Amino acid sequence: MLTLQFIPYTEIEELSPARRVHKLLEVVKENKIVLLEGRLRREEEADLIQITMEHITPKFKGIEIAVINPEQKSDNLLRKLKLNMMSFVLGDRMGMTIIGPATIVREIKRNPEKIELYTVDEKRKRK
Amino acid sequence: MANIFTAFFNRFLKGLFRKKKHVKLGLYGPPNGGKTTLANKICQDWLGEDMGIVSNVAHETREIQIKEQISIKNEQGKELTFNLVDTPGIATKIDYEDFLKAGIPEKEAKIRAKEATKGIIDSIKWLDEMDTVIIVLDATLDPYSQVNITLIGNLAAREIPVLIAANKVDLKKANIKRIQSAFPQYEVIGLSAKYGTNMDDFYDALFKFAS
Repeated sequence: MLTLQFIPYTEIEELSPARRVHKLLEVVKENKIVLLEGRLRREEEADLIQITMEHITPKFKGIEIAVINPEQKSDNLLRKLKLNMMSFVLGDRMGMTIIGPATIVREIKRNPEKIELYTVDEKRKRK
Repeated sequence: MANIFTAFFNRFLKGLFRKKKHVKLGLYGPPNGGKTTLANKICQDWLGEDMGIVSNVAHETREIQIKEQISIKNEQGKELTFNLVDTPGIATKIDYEDFLKAGIPEKEAKIRAKEATKGIIDSIKWLDEMDTVIIVLDATLDPYSQVNITLIGNLAAREIPVLIAANKVDLKKANIKRIQSAFPQYEVIGLSAKYGTNMDDFYDALFKFAS
C-alpha cells in the first residue's frame, strides 16, 4: 500500500529551516510520500539532502524529490507577468514538492510540466 | 535568507583579501557524470599527471580532492591559475546493494555507502568555498533531476559563476540541446573528457568565467 501525506504550507511556515527539513524527513522515514504545498527554499533543499545523508542506513536508503514550480518557464509575456505577481503574493507557497522514500519511489521524472512517479517493483525487489 | 547573506558577506570579505590567482574551481554534479575524468584530463593537459581514480561504479570519488596551482594559458598568452577541487557526486539516495550488484563484497559495500554519504555532505558544505563551479552532467541522461536543479539553484543564490560541461558527447545518446533547454541561463559546453573532444572550447569558456 502506498500512503500519500499532504502537508499544507501553513504547517511548516512558522518553523525554522532545520525543523522544516526534519519534519518532512520524519514523515518520509515512515514510508510515506509527502505532497508538500509549495516548496522549500533553495538552501533548505540542500539541507534536506545533507540531513538525508546523515540518516542513511541499510534500511533507509534516501529520498526521491521533485518540485513543480509553474513560474519556471513561460514564453507568453502576459502569463509571465501573471506568474510573477502570483509568486510575489504566494512566495514559497507556490508549486508543489513531492518527497518519497527511495525504497518506495524509484524515480520521479519531470517532463517538465508534469511529474511521473515510478515506484519500486516489489516482485523484482524480492528476487 | 540569513545563510545566503552570511555566505555573500564571507565571499565579499574573502574577495578583499584573496588574490584572484587562488581561484577555487569546483567540479560538481551527480555521480558518474565524469567529474574525475574531466579533472584528470585538465591535470593531464597542464600538469602531465592524473588527479584521481575513475570507475564505472558510482561514488568512486568519496572524498574532496584538491590539485593546487594549475596554470592554463590561452592563445593570447593570458594565464589562469586555479586550485581544482574534485567533489563526490551529489545524490539524494545511497543504496549499498547497488555496490553489491557491482561485485563489491557486502562489508566493503556498506563501508562505501557510509563514505559516499559523508562525501555528499562534504560536497554541499564546500559550496561556499568555491569561486567558480563547473557542473559536469552526463549528456546522455535527463537533466531535469532535482539534484541538478537544487545544485544550480544553490550556486545561483550564492552568486557563484556556473559553467555546465555536457560530458560524454562521444556517446550516441548524448543530447546537449536538452541540457541547454533545461538551463537556458547558463553556458553549456559539450565535451568528452574521456577522449578530449572539444577541450579547447572548454578552456576558452573557463577563461571567460574564472578570470
